[in-house]
Amino acid sequence: MNSLILRTTTMLLITILLLFSVFLLLRGHDLPGGGFIGGLTAAAAVALYVLAFGAQAANDMVRVRPRALLGVGLTAAVAAGLIAVLFGTPFLTGHWLIIDLPGSAEVKLSTVLLFDVGVYLVVVGTVLTMLFALEGQ
Amino acid sequence: MNLFVVAPVIVPLFSAAVLLLLRHSQGAQRVLATLSTVASVVVAAVLMAQVSSGGIQVVQFGGWTAPFGISFVADHLSAVMVLIASVMALASAVYALRDIDPERERSGFHPLFQVLLVGINGAFLTGDLFNLYVWFEVLLISSFVLLTLGGRRAQLEGGIKYVSVNLLSSMLFLAAIGLLYGLTGTLNMADLAVELRHQDPGLVTTIAMLFMVAFGIKAAVFPLFFWLPASYHTPPIAISAFFAGMLTKVGVYALMRVFTLLFTGDVGYTHTILLWVGAFTMVSGVLTAAAQSDVRKILSFHIISQIGYMIMGLALYTPLALAGAVFYLIHNIVAKANLFLIAGIARRLTGSFDLGRIGGLFKAAPFLSALFLIAALGLAGIPPLSGFWAKLLVVLAALEAGVWWIAAVALGVGLLTLFSMTKIWQYAYWKPAPDDAPVGAAPSRLFYAPVVGLAALTVLLGLWSTPLIGVADAAAAELLDPSRYVGAVLGPEAAASLRAVLEASLGGDQ
Repeated sequence: MNSLILRTTTMLLITILLLFSVFLLLRGHDLPGGGFIGGLTAAAAVALYVLAFGAQAANDMVRVRPRALLGVGLTAAVAAGLIAVLFGTPFLTGHWLIIDLPGSAEVKLSTVLLFDVGVYLVVVGTVLTMLFALEGQ
Repeated sequence: MNLFVVAPVIVPLFSAAVLLLLRHSQGAQRVLATLSTVASVVVAAVLMAQVSSGGIQVVQFGGWTAPFGISFVADHLSAVMVLIASVMALASAVYALRDIDPERERSGFHPLFQVLLVGINGAFLTGDLFNLYVWFEVLLISSFVLLTLGGRRAQLEGGIKYVSVNLLSSMLFLAAIGLLYGLTGTLNMADLAVELRHQDPGLVTTIAMLFMVAFGIKAAVFPLFFWLPASYHTPPIAISAFFAGMLTKVGVYALMRVFTLLFTGDVGYTHTILLWVGAFTMVSGVLTAAAQSDVRKILSFHIISQIGYMIMGLALYTPLALAGAVFYLIHNIVAKANLFLIAGIARRLTGSFDLGRIGGLFKAAPFLSALFLIAALGLAGIPPLSGFWAKLLVVLAALEAGVWWIAAVALGVGLLTLFSMTKIWQYAYWKPAPDDAPVGAAPSRLFYAPVVGLAALTVLLGLWSTPLIGVADAAAAELLDPSRYVGAVLGPEAAASLRAVLEASLGGDQ
């Protein structure tokens, strides 16, 4: 679709959509959100790019093959579950690593987050695989 | 925490993830895919040994205790099904090394096959109804893609029928899950087993019928089987054989699970329906098979017919009958998948699946003929092969329960099965090849490895059936006493309360 308006707004929107998808991913730990909906939002951003600039340009922008995202995401999710097993707890039990930062701030990294990131990548990979396949036809 | 309860799911899932990353190296994909199925067999065998020695094994995901989290439960039935699924996956994966063309490999055959195994093993192990739905979807989606991989017209046609009917089944399943949740507020199977005893029996039976239809479609029982012969003959044989062996059996497993653990409030009603369904399934499958001339279609209709025996075992609902049903499941998976694999080799030798156009295999390939005879006679139930014990157990159970007519039906269908197998033998192996027969080529020796292995298993299960009968007996004992399953998942208190309820209802009947 060759539309100046669509192309211009896409460049503006895509940043917001991608940032929002990460926000949803991180927020999902305690509140509505999470890897699945975050992944869908990120995939929607790419879908918008496909509409505005075509599949080839979107493919170049994403750089990695969608199937690789799928593989990495699936690996991360399974690994998140297996970390719990290394600690001797049941599969998929949450474990936290708390890093203290200067000031009174702290960063909490958890296997739960790793799992959600895995889900995020799987969703992005799946949707993009379908999207590029459909556009390729 | 017992890792081996979740390992049958994790091993193929992890391999699928790595296989997706190895997309460009087909050599590495083949090696990893084969190793993964070998590893699955190993962990499944360890799980089986643990269950045999230590009783029901349970894992609560993420440390959330039942009924709040998701439980994985391995009792004898689950463990033996996981083991046989892994063995069949290994056989099909080895066969696929030569059978699947590079085009399909590039399209993702290997990771999809692993995901299919993930779905099947997950369905066998889960102790949560909604989780069971998720595994069903996993195996449905991966099997749908495997079915249509390659994109030929017949494949797409079969695939559409397959997926639309199976989606209907999933919808019914989901609706039934929703109703159960509304009724009891839980979906953990052990918790449900306790809760459902306190509910209005009429409502519970109504939901039970929804489950019967949903799983009946998956298991391809009469009159819901039409999707199966429409689709199973279309993909490459390595895929067909695994589908033929395993997929419908997941439906049978689900029926066996819910109609022993959850819906036993009105056995006189539900299991009588199952008995008739079993009888009609046996008869209609075998009669339709007699009218076919494509080997794969004959075998597809026989899948249906054989499902009837397992449903019959479940319907009779006695220790011997359930043990027979479990034995029948295992025997049938091995024999049926092997017949498909043999048909694939025969197709390569002769160039066609059509009985009218081929012949002379006995002269051309005596070894293959012997393998076919083992699998075919095993399926028909000729002693001393595995099918004989399977049929003997269910027929004995029918006689013991005093249901003479179903025993007669089972024996009659056995004879017709023998007739069908003889027909394949007569046309493909015995009669000389017609003059205009298509030209085949010598198949790779690797094709014979899984076929010989499975044929050996059919003989072994026949000659040395004691271990499997032992496992089947133990599985039947567990199925008939839900308090053991409940006790393993929820603890002794829940088991005691269930036992009290069951005893009270027994006392009420007398």
